[in-house]
Amino acid sequence: MPAITPLLVAQLVLVVVVFHALLLSAAAMVWVERRLAAALQQRLGPIRVGWQGLLQPFADVIKLMFKEELRPKAADALLFALAPVISATCAFAAFAVVPFGARTTFFGLLSEPMLLQVADVNVAALVIFAIASMSVYGIVLAGWSSNSKYSLIGGLRSSAQMISYELSYGMALVSVLLVGNSLSLTEIVNGQAGAWFGVIPRWFIFLQPLGFLIFLTAGVAETNRAPFDFPEAEQELVAGYHTEYSSMSFAMFFLAEYVNMVTVSAVAADLFLGGWHGPFLPESLGWIWFLLKVSALLFFYVWMRWTLPRYRYDQLMKFGWKVMLPASVLNLIATAAGVLYFGG
Amino acid sequence: MPTLTHYLVLSGVLFCIGTAGVFVRRNLITILLSIEIMLNAVNLTFVAFGRSMGSADGQIIVFFVMTVAAAEAAVGLAIVIGLFRHRESLNPDTFTSLKW
Amino acid sequence: MTLFYVFAAVAVVASLLVIAQRNPIYSVLLLIASFGALSGLYVLLDAPFVAVTQIVVYAGAIMVLFLFVVMLLNAPHEETDYDETVHPLRRPGPMRFGAALAVALVVELLWALTKSGGETGAFPGAAVSSVRTIGRSLFTNYAFAFEVTSVLILVAMVGAVVLARREGGPSAPPSA
Repeated sequence: MPAITPLLVAQLVLVVVVFHALLLSAAAMVWVERRLAAALQQRLGPIRVGWQGLLQPFADVIKLMFKEELRPKAADALLFALAPVISATCAFAAFAVVPFGARTTFFGLLSEPMLLQVADVNVAALVIFAIASMSVYGIVLAGWSSNSKYSLIGGLRSSAQMISYELSYGMALVSVLLVGNSLSLTEIVNGQAGAWFGVIPRWFIFLQPLGFLIFLTAGVAETNRAPFDFPEAEQELVAGYHTEYSSMSFAMFFLAEYVNMVTVSAVAADLFLGGWHGPFLPESLGWIWFLLKVSALLFFYVWMRWTLPRYRYDQLMKFGWKVMLPASVLNLIATAAGVLYFGG
Repeated sequence: MPTLTHYLVLSGVLFCIGTAGVFVRRNLITILLSIEIMLNAVNLTFVAFGRSMGSADGQIIVFFVMTVAAAEAAVGLAIVIGLFRHRESLNPDTFTSLKW
Repeated sequence: MTLFYVFAAVAVVASLLVIAQRNPIYSVLLLIASFGALSGLYVLLDAPFVAVTQIVVYAGAIMVLFLFVVMLLNAPHEETDYDETVHPLRRPGPMRFGAALAVALVVELLWALTKSGGETGAFPGAAVSSVRTIGRSLFTNYAFAFEVTSVLILVAMVGAVVLARREGGPSAPPSA
């Protein structure tokens, strides 16, 4: 048994806090999405439940909990139950290696500084990529186990889209790794401290603009959000791989989608936007800057969904293979040449 | 503490499980899966030996083995699809005669 | 030490179930579980890069490929002309020979591997776990093998597309 030190207690508390923060952020995203969609469409949205409709997500969850949990008779029971669990688990697990704050001693409560990251792994960037590739299974198993034509095709299309865009996602990630010179996310963020000429922050987005765009686009496609959500909404009556799900399983899929969005935004903020570094605030309050950056990216996500039309599936796949992949490879080559020439 | 022998025994057992799968199963896809088990056992051996000799060569060779396994799985599955189209069966015993 | 036994047990049990399962989808999923356990073993062997690569390549890509093929072919459970409830060692014909051969292989391998000196301590020497060292060695000592591997992947990709294509091009009806 390891000794019960304040550090251990702090780390356990951190795990609990991060988990609940992710849950709360998914709930907040439900509200943000609906209010923002309403604002973009010049209507009001949910404003009745609680002040300004803030309790709406909780009302939604309670409604979903009371619905009947259906399962088609011919569905494979074990896989049918397992698929949303896999989706949700991978969504939460990916956030375990994302750092969101500098080393802090919590105003001197701890004897040594603790990093605000659940697990400080030195191959953190690869772990995120690994867990993103595992989340394909939730969708493909959901499509298969429902034993219905729409679900199967929707599931296969959705997972084919995810693995196609994983390639460009990975290449953009590798380009940032070249610039950041490390696989550990903490070191990449710390490489973005400071500013050029005291004004322009040393964020990697200025060194890798194309990489940032590719990463964000591939991230949107990975999380199956608009304009890449064709597999979810193609037959708008029949919702693709989660057609046969109801009640809490359905809620778990949507929880997984929102948490995936938060994770992609958090990783993008860490890799390209400098993580928790920002002016005016001391290092130990850097997580406030992190929250602001992640919120900006999430706003961008929601804005894109309600503004852009949806890609048709073949357009989507063509875009992924014929535009994004060559662009990301060229970006990688250009970055490698730049790093070699300018000496890192 | 697990010694090198522990890892070698484990990978030997895994390799034999894979071999047994190739012999006993009558489903082309499961045979391919058993081949993947064998390749993984070999990977484990490489990494264990690399660790015990303190060199990175074990991990590098694993990198190549994984790539070859991926290529072989892709081509093997394409062949399985082609075979399935002709005979509607995944049982290797249906492909024993050359007559089409 | 216990962690090693946990991962080893999961890997062995999952692999045994892979070859024992009738349903090919369950076989694929159990193999993914086995790969996860192996990935844990690689972490115990101070090889984090290999561990993560195993998840990305094997569990995340190759097994998705297997899963797609199983789903698209709607792979039937094996129709067999032997009695499935009988143990493989008692089934007639090549299956008994194959199972007996596998048992003989296990015995032989275990005899050979346990003769390798039997070190009692932990692994001697330091571990090489930094990705930087691996990368440097990969691109200098093994550069030729690396380039050949990329050609191999290209060949496999082209070959898979050609082999899985329907005869006569995409507009022709499938052959009877």
